[in-house]
Amino acid sequence: MAEPLVGPHGGSPDIRDHYMVLTRRKRMYGGLALAIFAALMASGFVLAEDRNAGGFRDGIANVFDFPAQVVGEAWEKADLLPGHLLHFFPALVETVNIAAVSTLVGALCALVLSLLSTRGLARFPRLIPAFRRGMDIMRAIPEIVIALVLIFVLGGGPVPAMIAIAVHTAGALGKLFSEVNENASLKPVEGLESVGATWIQRMWLGVIPQVAPNYLSYALLRFEINIRASAILGFVGAGGIGYELKNAMSWGQGKFDEAAAIFLLLFGAIVAFDQISGHLRNRLTTGGRA
Amino acid sequence: MTDATALLKDEADRLFAGKRLLAFAVPAAILAYLACVFVAFDIPGLYDRARMDNARALAADSYSYKTHVARDNRTGELTIAIEGERKGTYPPGTAPDWVSLGNDTVIDLGGGHVVTYAGEAVRYDVPGFGPILAAPGARGVETNLSGNLPGWISLSKNRLAVATEAGRLTVTRNRTEVFRYFTGWELFFFTLDSPYHGAALSEILAGVRLDPARPNIVGAAQDFWSNPMWRHGEVAWAIFETVLMAFLGTMGAALIALPLAFLAARNFAPLRALRFGMRRVFDFLRGVDGLIWTIVLSRAFGPGPMTGALAILLTDTGSFGKMFSEALENVDAKQIEGVQSTGARPVQRYRFGVIPQITPVLLSQVLYYLESNTRSATIIGAITGGGIGLLLTQAMITQKDWEEVSYYIVLIVLMVMLMDWLSGWLRRRLIRGDAGGH
Repeated sequence: MAEPLVGPHGGSPDIRDHYMVLTRRKRMYGGLALAIFAALMASGFVLAEDRNAGGFRDGIANVFDFPAQVVGEAWEKADLLPGHLLHFFPALVETVNIAAVSTLVGALCALVLSLLSTRGLARFPRLIPAFRRGMDIMRAIPEIVIALVLIFVLGGGPVPAMIAIAVHTAGALGKLFSEVNENASLKPVEGLESVGATWIQRMWLGVIPQVAPNYLSYALLRFEINIRASAILGFVGAGGIGYELKNAMSWGQGKFDEAAAIFLLLFGAIVAFDQISGHLRNRLTTGGRA
Repeated sequence: MTDATALLKDEADRLFAGKRLLAFAVPAAILAYLACVFVAFDIPGLYDRARMDNARALAADSYSYKTHVARDNRTGELTIAIEGERKGTYPPGTAPDWVSLGNDTVIDLGGGHVVTYAGEAVRYDVPGFGPILAAPGARGVETNLSGNLPGWISLSKNRLAVATEAGRLTVTRNRTEVFRYFTGWELFFFTLDSPYHGAALSEILAGVRLDPARPNIVGAAQDFWSNPMWRHGEVAWAIFETVLMAFLGTMGAALIALPLAFLAARNFAPLRALRFGMRRVFDFLRGVDGLIWTIVLSRAFGPGPMTGALAILLTDTGSFGKMFSEALENVDAKQIEGVQSTGARPVQRYRFGVIPQITPVLLSQVLYYLESNTRSATIIGAITGGGIGLLLTQAMITQKDWEEVSYYIVLIVLMVMLMDWLSGWLRRRLIRGDAGGH
């Protein structure tokens, strides 16, 4: 204003020096962090290389051997491919079913859990931390752990995978849902409360309509993730396309045409569901409906 | 006016009817779907297939252990072993304090239950029932039992089995065996051959040297680390390997995806064809999925953390490439122009005009993936063989070391929660504390 802060030669030397020192220190910290990061990455790769059964340098030459074998064999028996695709399609349906059911069940649990763990909406405000920690633990357990234990008890099949994925989904979606709930307006809830609505009615009529599009969008994203998870769990014995893949792989050479068909089905399913759900999510978030 | 109102009312009615239908149709559709799946997954048959005995064994074994006191009736040799394992066997001539050796072996099962081995003859005093006498002979097992036996005794010509709340006794011609159950994880800190077994914490910290060759703390740490039953050292390495896989995979993917994302972003791509091609590459990497990458890579590199890291790296290069290029498409061009107006070269323009804008988005996504990949690395380890995932599947395949399985599960959950916490902490620090990204 009246008194210029900056002198004719670009500021008082004091301030400029101070600024330069700060900048230099910041650069040094940045450089240091970068150097540490680079060292970590390099030593990490060396270590991983050491503890791996096969070396990276030997392996990299063979990376394309297996895909080439699979493609070669599939090409040789190209006439069998449609038959294989048809044969393994029910397994794919089972995998998708596992993903869909576990997403549904998980999302329903997540809905309840998230409402119970959101400040301002919770039925039992004192239990909010308990529900939150519960969701943290559900989220932290990898699906494979629950699946393996349940396979031991219940035998192989889709149910262990479904329960395992549903537990994880409930934890993961519960956290996201409760973040959505925090932004919900409390006015409808208060309005409903003033006319004597029960907690379930308040939630169902006051909160859910506000948050449903966001819920749906997150649940669709989860569904994409769960298809992949359900294929992986099949590989450890929980049925579906992963199980078929494991069998085809263990037959080894001569059956790679089946593996190729399964790869194709899995890849196609993942891409297709990604596209569909991406499209739906776009419509939900950019106001397909008011 | 009234016509217009009537029209409006009609419309509102239709809208309401539609919503009401939807409100019932959606739950009905979900229920119908669940009912279909109920049949398809054969849930009613689940009850028959479920192995409840497995569940009980698993649950009991995960918090308790048993000590076997076994007598070989052909040689007369007595062995006392925790969980019946070689690594948990008491050296000959030593025994826990509830077993007294001598001419007769007296095993106190607690609560008045006492089993005595006198040569081949066995005597089990069950409070409220009386003594059970048994002797293995050439013609099977002879006992003093007759008539109607309670459900906890099973007797056949060659085998007597008694299961009480205190323990179990089995007598056959070749072998007499008693199990006593204890709560806890057996020998979790030190095995029997370690001098520190059974020593109190204060003795180890402040007492006299238990092993003259080593200071107590060093010795205790060494014996704990190399505990042959629980293999704490190996488990720690496995956890580290799993975290390493996640770290290398995530960070490597981010480093590779960042430059590629520029080629795939609408406002930076030099060629439209290149942009289109790059996007398809990302879609392909993502679509093939970690499972298939893991299988393909493990064929080339064998099991181990490198395979897992590369599988994560490939999948996530696709995910990151897509997300980063979307973030790049949303950058504000004004900052870049501003930097350009000072005469900055292209590299400087990217460094100071673009990177600071996308750093927060980028970092938060990378850190989120780091946590999620720790879980993926566990799963990949279980498939290819590496890290804690491998240990978990190995322990499960033996179907008896359930206490180890529960130990690993606890460690995995702690590991993931720690990574979750760490990534959240870093995210808060880096993004709020350094929003400029310089």
